[in-house]
Amino acid sequence: MGILQNILEQVINGLRSGSIYALIALGYTMVYGIAKMINFAHGDIIMVGAYALYVGITLLHLPIVAAVLFSIAVCTILGVVIERVAYKPLRSAPPLAVLITAIGVSFLLQSLSLLIFGATPIPQASIVTFEGIKIGGVSISGITIVTLIVTTICMIVLTWFIHKTKMGSAMRAVSEDKGAAELMGIDVNKTISLTFAIGSALAAIAGILYVCQYQSLRPTLGAMPGIKAFVAAVLGGIGSVPGAMLGGVILGLIESLSKAYISTELSDAIVFGILVLVLLVKPSGLLGKIRKEKV
Amino acid sequence: MKNKKIDKQLIKNIAIIVVVYAVVAGLLYGGFLTRQFRSLLVPVCINVILAVSLNLTTGFLGELTLGHAGFMSVGAYTGALITMNLNLPLVVEFPIALIAGGLMASLFGVIIGVPVLRLHGDYLAIVTLAFGEIIKSLINAMSVTNGAMGLSGIELHANYKHFTFVFILTILTIFAIKNMVNSRQGRAVCSIRDNYIAAEAVGIPVSKFKVMAFVVAAFFAGIAGVIYGHNVGTLKPTTFDYNKSIEILVIVVLGGMGSIKGSIIAAVILTILPEVLRGADEFRMLLYAIVLIAMMIFNSSQLKERILANDIVAKFTKVKKEA
Amino acid sequence: MALLEVKNLGISFGGLRAVDDFNISIEKGCLYGLIGPNGAGKTTVFNMLTGEYLPTDGSILLNGKNLVGKNPAQICQSGIARTFQNIRLFSKMTVLDNVKVALHNEFNYSLASGILHLNKYKKTEKAMDERALEILEVFDMKEQANTLSSNLPYGQQRKLEIARALATNPQLLLLDEPAAGMNPNETAELMDTIRLIRDKFDITILLIEHDMKLVTGICEQLTVLNFGMVLTTGTPDVVLNDPEVITAYLGE
Repeated sequence: MGILQNILEQVINGLRSGSIYALIALGYTMVYGIAKMINFAHGDIIMVGAYALYVGITLLHLPIVAAVLFSIAVCTILGVVIERVAYKPLRSAPPLAVLITAIGVSFLLQSLSLLIFGATPIPQASIVTFEGIKIGGVSISGITIVTLIVTTICMIVLTWFIHKTKMGSAMRAVSEDKGAAELMGIDVNKTISLTFAIGSALAAIAGILYVCQYQSLRPTLGAMPGIKAFVAAVLGGIGSVPGAMLGGVILGLIESLSKAYISTELSDAIVFGILVLVLLVKPSGLLGKIRKEKV
Repeated sequence: MKNKKIDKQLIKNIAIIVVVYAVVAGLLYGGFLTRQFRSLLVPVCINVILAVSLNLTTGFLGELTLGHAGFMSVGAYTGALITMNLNLPLVVEFPIALIAGGLMASLFGVIIGVPVLRLHGDYLAIVTLAFGEIIKSLINAMSVTNGAMGLSGIELHANYKHFTFVFILTILTIFAIKNMVNSRQGRAVCSIRDNYIAAEAVGIPVSKFKVMAFVVAAFFAGIAGVIYGHNVGTLKPTTFDYNKSIEILVIVVLGGMGSIKGSIIAAVILTILPEVLRGADEFRMLLYAIVLIAMMIFNSSQLKERILANDIVAKFTKVKKEA
Repeated sequence: MALLEVKNLGISFGGLRAVDDFNISIEKGCLYGLIGPNGAGKTTVFNMLTGEYLPTDGSILLNGKNLVGKNPAQICQSGIARTFQNIRLFSKMTVLDNVKVALHNEFNYSLASGILHLNKYKKTEKAMDERALEILEVFDMKEQANTLSSNLPYGQQRKLEIARALATNPQLLLLDEPAAGMNPNETAELMDTIRLIRDKFDITILLIEHDMKLVTGICEQLTVLNFGMVLTTGTPDVVLNDPEVITAYLGE
């Protein structure tokens, strides 16, 4: 295999994991934009989505499409419930308290799935049976193609939703100025719930795509993609929807290329090094706005 | 008058320390402790040191740190490599290892201090998490630390037989942090937590004190790491992951952010409790999760204000009676 | 030479020119007022004087030394202290500790002597306590020294902010709407305190205020700011009878 093909394959791998990061990063960025908090439990919603798929297919014997919808529904409801129960009482609390609660929720989800499903990894076959294609010596797996198509569709729909619908403009208004939006008659609580619902649904899709790639379930499977997606959101500029998409793709490419050409062990260090670097050089990220406390 | 009050407090504290030590040492050296409890003594001390030092950054400086285990691992590996290579008598090499481990960890504290100068809040928390992960993957990739295999055969300079020494180290740590908090430097740190704009406006060099808090906290985390390595005898990079950092955070949150006494009590409870509830290791994480969420929601609910108000009233009447 | 000499000070936020060509000269010992309608840029001027904002152009000289480019902590150490429009106390600390934080640079001992509680620590802390109580006494707040600052009533919180600013031993004290939210009695008391501070501590004061009773009652010089520009400068009776000033406040 030629070097060019090799590089191309790594780029395509990077695009695949990058587009999954982008889906997850969208949840972080939307929630941050609207509720001004880092939803640390977001990564674990991915894990719940993956387990829900397993429950749907293996335990409930649902057809694949129904199992996918089941997983999305479970995550959407879970996202809204988490917001209502854990975050809503803390709307006026200091950010430190909210962040600690979010870490608590993340731990809660992980330990519950550990108690229910055990620590031993559960195998879960991919729901994508399509074999993949080979173009000019570069082979692209079926799951890669499906991932790229699904994430592209999600992003287009989301962008349309945010910019062209009434609920989308309500979301933008709340993220701009919560108080003013409320005075304009926007139901802030409903908008926040909606944001959590959309973010969690996207996380469920990401979880399904992720498990189809790695074909194994663990209670901690969401932690690493979650944190990396957060890095992607910061890289793109937290609060910015196109920024999350761009950041996710860039991060996936960097990770895939550094794994292939630098060192597998150090690829995590490189990813986190990028986070530190971005925050030092341009804390607002590639496409974000900076907010400074008013004196 | 105030001086007398401080002295009284000091005497009371010393009395408590002596009693605690006498009871634990009596049980230990008298052979009344089961093997399980004996093996818990040093870990309790380690967690006390970790929690008290984390409280400096999270409770007093007000910045959430999610990479405390990273500092601990730097200390642990530094200390272990020193005693494994020096082959001097314990009384010489262990103190060297402790100081070197602490200093190396505080050096990392300085490195983290650089982004800390420019960030706060959520972003800073994430950066500390990232630093913890970077440290972990560096240890994983280096040959001197033996990569993912880790180090083994570390001399057990800090097992239960050396409880007295570890206990003294713990007490020294508590006093150091407590005294620092009550000093001019500590006040500067707390003022940054309460309102960093006002702190700057009254002439506090905010950056300097933020870094100072991180460096001091890292130093003690490093010492805790050295003790840990010489207690367990083996080190693996995965021991010092994000979950370990959260475990320490849970102790600080349960004990009350900004309360040293609370950190000590919570460290004792949260170290012993999961071990007593044998076979409940899966419930350990659940317990941590519930502690975090419940404490935060409780803290910002009105219930706490009511209890606190009553408490203050109770204390007030007590003081009056005494007077 | 004037104590504070500000020349051609200006700042832009993006395309917005918030303050333009601002000049002010304050003599030592003066009680100076900066007034103007809401949004005129008064607090922005304060923020530039204290280093919160970096001016786009102009110079700020205190005793002939340039302050532009210094950070807030350095400016405080050079001799300018301030209070805030929205109170910024160290809410989880006692009244006494709030003042002691401000004494940080005047009383010094090393971290080591702090941790080891050496003799130097004990001596210095005692001196700090005495100095802090002395300052609190001026504001009649000695009794509340051990109260948590967030538990103080509003008027006293404002006073504590002034006390804390004084503790940094400034030459120039900037007060941002000190009487905001106070009732007439409290305002009258505040006026006495401000005069007392000037006389007793030999401090120059620049204040922003909307309460005209306070402004006419204690200020010796006024500068009026409107739309980020100086409208006029002079003694209160001249300035407040200026038709332009009246128009700026009341409209045509």
